Amino acid sequence: MGIAHAALIGFITVASTTSTEQSGLFRHLLPIFENKTGIQVRVVALGTGQALDMGRRGDADVVFVHAKPLEEKFVAEGYGVKRFEVMYNDFILVGPKSDPARVNGTKDIVAALQKIKAAQAPFASRGDKSGTHFAELQLWKAAGVDIAKDKGPWYRDTGSGMGPALNSASGMNAYILADRATWLSFKNRGDLTISVEGDRRLFNQYGIILVNPAKYAHIKKDMGQAFIDWVLSAEGQTAIAEYKIGGEQLFFPNAGK
Amino acid sequence: MGLLESLAEGLRLVATLELRLWEIVGLSLAVSLSAVLLATIAGLPIGAAVAVGRFPGRHAVVVTLNALMGLPPVVVGLAIYLLLSRAGPLGPLGLLFTPGAMVIAQTVLIAPIIAALCRQSVEDAWTEYEEQLRSLGVEGVRAALTVLWDIRFSLLTAVLAGLGRASAEVGAVLIVGGNIDGVTRVMTTTIVLETSRGDLPLALGLGAVLIAIVLALNAAAYLVKEAARRRYG
Amino acid sequence: MILPLRLDDVSFAAGGRTLIERVSLEIGAGPSTILLGANGAGKSLLMRLMHGLLAPSSGRVVWNEPQNGRRPRQAMVFQRPVMLRRSALANVVFGLKVSGVDPGEREKAAIEALEEVGLAAAAHWPARVLSGGEQQRLALARAWALHPEVLFLDEPTANLDPGATREIENVIKAFDAAGTKIVMSTHNLGQARRVGDEIVFVHEGRVLERAPVDTFFKQPATAEAAAFVKGELPWG
Repeated sequence: MGIAHAALIGFITVASTTSTEQSGLFRHLLPIFENKTGIQVRVVALGTGQALDMGRRGDADVVFVHAKPLEEKFVAEGYGVKRFEVMYNDFILVGPKSDPARVNGTKDIVAALQKIKAAQAPFASRGDKSGTHFAELQLWKAAGVDIAKDKGPWYRDTGSGMGPALNSASGMNAYILADRATWLSFKNRGDLTISVEGDRRLFNQYGIILVNPAKYAHIKKDMGQAFIDWVLSAEGQTAIAEYKIGGEQLFFPNAGK
Repeated sequence: MGLLESLAEGLRLVATLELRLWEIVGLSLAVSLSAVLLATIAGLPIGAAVAVGRFPGRHAVVVTLNALMGLPPVVVGLAIYLLLSRAGPLGPLGLLFTPGAMVIAQTVLIAPIIAALCRQSVEDAWTEYEEQLRSLGVEGVRAALTVLWDIRFSLLTAVLAGLGRASAEVGAVLIVGGNIDGVTRVMTTTIVLETSRGDLPLALGLGAVLIAIVLALNAAAYLVKEAARRRYG
Repeated sequence: MILPLRLDDVSFAAGGRTLIERVSLEIGAGPSTILLGANGAGKSLLMRLMHGLLAPSSGRVVWNEPQNGRRPRQAMVFQRPVMLRRSALANVVFGLKVSGVDPGEREKAAIEALEEVGLAAAAHWPARVLSGGEQQRLALARAWALHPEVLFLDEPTANLDPGATREIENVIKAFDAAGTKIVMSTHNLGQARRVGDEIVFVHEGRVLERAPVDTFFKQPATAEAAAFVKGELPWG
């Protein structure tokens, strides 16, 4: 294959999300960029809220998350230079094979959530200010449910990342909203299976933002920008599309579209 | 998969893992051993001084040292994170999310353990030696050093306790290190990661490796102490 | 010469109790002095006051020559020998080292001291594996190596069997014969007679009587001394 190895010239710190890291995307993507430019990319994986906070504190050079309103707020507050769309993956509703709410195989996520609430079927939430958590809350809203007020013992707030939340859901035989990437590489499924998928409202858009060097003088803006440029370039977008688990593509590049 | 099957599968996975595992083990040992070294340099003199000294408030200091042994790792991690963050006072050092930050956090965590246990050992020995040393004209710092040197092998127990705590903890290194692949990922944070990815067999396998390492260190220390006991009485 | 040692109206109190009461005494060179008394009489305290390990609550402890905070010309052997975790030889060398003896001379002097007490064969053994009697002899060797003018011994054989006790007493008598001033405390009447030249009788923190050994045992001057000699005094 003959990938050239550029000599290491430095590193940048990228704040991203646990679900993105656990999907394995970075293990596939970053070596390509590093070999080409000699820039080591150090990813600290947290929830979306924490990742953006890291950017606000100047502890990261670039943030790469998937919660558009929060990202736009980040830029509006002056912490980020500009937001670029990179790729999307989708969320799926995962649930027990026993399907107490009778939603398995349906295509309407909003209707499914309403049925789950009506049946008071166990539902696990990430509850951790993450992009996934944010998406879940938006979907409850779209279903006309004020989840903060209307939740009961059937709604389990795990306060954890995607993997641990899936572990909990598996242990409790609960429904849970997950990103497809984490689900595909998750090995402790128990009795869980995909309940609902394909609804456009389950679309999960990723954005990448350079942390504003005007706020923090030490931000590695040239190397950070180089990474952003590469991710948005044809080469980077192709690399994203090429990442597969079990033959299935996880992320769909859509920069500049 | 039952527990034993998972463990067996985990050990098989570990055995077939390539360079990455040894990088992770190497980093874990490097971080914890460095922290133990620094914590001993800091904690030993403090422990000895408190054991030997007589000053107002001494009892409060002893109680505080003993209490600090129970510092929660996550709290230490959070405190160091706030210190080292770019938005914090030591931000310009650029230490956050580096192995250096992990060493600092673990040093803060285990220095009280070493100080408190050392204080206990030295105080016990001091009651035995102090008068005879004074009769020979050896007092103060010189006497303390003589006692410290004489009980050096039982101080190994304090050092080992600190090493055990450092190798086992995950809260501090996770927060200040960021669990960055290839940079700040150690055994305990890898176990957390693999558990959260649902790869329980691998997590178990790594856990077994961690325990084996700690056991080996303890066995080595035991042998050293036995040899010393036979040689010096 | 650091002797004579003078205690001027020395008292010692601790924990609200007076443990040594107004002792005035002069210890001169020559005859071996035994501090004799029951357990708890205050012999050990008195000896520690003399040796300078304790400071009197009132009164003064005065040597003929000022000690300047160092006491190389006195040495003390305690009831329980305290040895470092080193060889027997190394323990004696340690004593010489802290007294400022030249490095080149330490080992030679240490071996001589071990020979004096009959421990030369055990020189390289760890001191702490020696028996109680051997460790006490080692303590004597360590003290002897310093060539002190005054050798204090605080109940040195209280924890030893009769055989070891005799060995220790012989070593003490040899040091006495060689000119070292011996000040030893004991509650053992036989030992006092075997080793001592003069008796200082201590009772409840006071010095009640002082006499040459024969006089003391034939004709004790005080009732308490008489009772003690007859073995009738309660154990402190």
